[in-house]
Amino acid sequence: MKLAIVKYNAGNIQSVIYALNRLGIEPVLTDDVEELKSADKILFPGQGEASNAMQYLRARGLDKVIKDLKQPVFGICIGQQLLCEHSEENNTDCLGVIPAKVKKFPPLDKVPHIGWNTIKDLKSPLFKGVNEDSYVYFVHSYYVEANPFQIATTDYILPYACALQKDNFYAVQFHPEKSSDVGEQILKNFIEL
Amino acid sequence: MLTKRIIPCLDVKDGKTVKGVNFLNLRDAGDPVELGALYSQQGADELVFLDITATLEKRKTLVELVKRVAQNINIPFTIGGGIGSIEDVSACLNAGADKVSVNSSAIKNPGLIDQLSKEFGNQCIVVAIDTRSVNGKNLVHSHGGTKPTDIDTILWAKEMQERGAGELLLTSMDHDGTKAGFANELTAHISSTVSIPIIASGGAGNMEHFTDVFTKGKADAALAASIFHFKEIAIPELKAYLKSNNIRMRI
Repeated sequence: MKLAIVKYNAGNIQSVIYALNRLGIEPVLTDDVEELKSADKILFPGQGEASNAMQYLRARGLDKVIKDLKQPVFGICIGQQLLCEHSEENNTDCLGVIPAKVKKFPPLDKVPHIGWNTIKDLKSPLFKGVNEDSYVYFVHSYYVEANPFQIATTDYILPYACALQKDNFYAVQFHPEKSSDVGEQILKNFIEL
Repeated sequence: MLTKRIIPCLDVKDGKTVKGVNFLNLRDAGDPVELGALYSQQGADELVFLDITATLEKRKTLVELVKRVAQNINIPFTIGGGIGSIEDVSACLNAGADKVSVNSSAIKNPGLIDQLSKEFGNQCIVVAIDTRSVNGKNLVHSHGGTKPTDIDTILWAKEMQERGAGELLLTSMDHDGTKAGFANELTAHISSTVSIPIIASGGAGNMEHFTDVFTKGKADAALAASIFHFKEIAIPELKAYLKSNNIRMRI
């Protein structure tokens, strides 16, 4: 199986690569359009700031390429937020693959939301073998509002969509590559979709 | 619900884990990656690696350690020890570190924290603060807690948040190595003053100390070293104990 990781300016993808290596996968890190199109599966991970990431993707035409992908695509963290319509982070129009909005946490508790939190209302093959209220690792200041495409929710300051699915696009806010055995299972589920 | 975090800290020198009493008298406690993997299996929520090796090629030493850890461990970890530039941080994050911890360099050049958080996002910038009480005042100390500055610890914590720190790692030098409990009062004061998470460090001696630092100290995470390394407290027991005391824990 050929798994490609979208190469762009949102950093820290090395731990995703190592996590895939531990599952026996050698991913290709690329921004080449043909290589992305021909991959069996696509990972769209990353950490960083939304407007810079979108600017980078648009400048290289990757925004259109990502939107048109037909194979399973897995957005992680900022990858999930970029798949949505719009982010409050620097008022950024995102890819609009999933009709959902990204908002900043109201300052009613500590932000960023850092640490282990539970996921519930799990409904997707992405969570096969994962129990309700399993713990996964989060690091983020913006969240996706509850919406019809959510496949899991988390409660921090307010309940929000911590995982999304629309057609061939899957996405999670947390970091499966850092979420111990539970995260490993979720990555494995994506690989086996 | 978001849980409180238990974080073993591994001080690394020349590729080996060490831990000093009051930061002096280092003792060998094994291979950092092996030890880190063991803690991860036992339920540690994160790991902190502080590389105290003094070499000319500091960055190379750090990156090698980060790579080995990231390849083998599937929970988040922070790397610290002599990190002083955008290039250092970039090299560590690209090698697979989740966060970097900055200490003396922030004291020397506070603007570094603005630069780092702008470049990499505040979620991966931990500012480590070593504090000690001098004539009744809490003052920031640099160089592994050995050199006093005239900076007030609480004001410094606020400034670091404003400049873009995503978390603060607060070590009380008065408590470190004493096993007499964390600096709960100061930790609580800082935790209520800033709006970013506080990792409390220094003074853990028994399980009750951890309950105290989460309740009285209002810490978001608690860090300890020697009590874990020398198996005085096992992480699974500690977490079960805390959970039975109504502290939110990932079990």
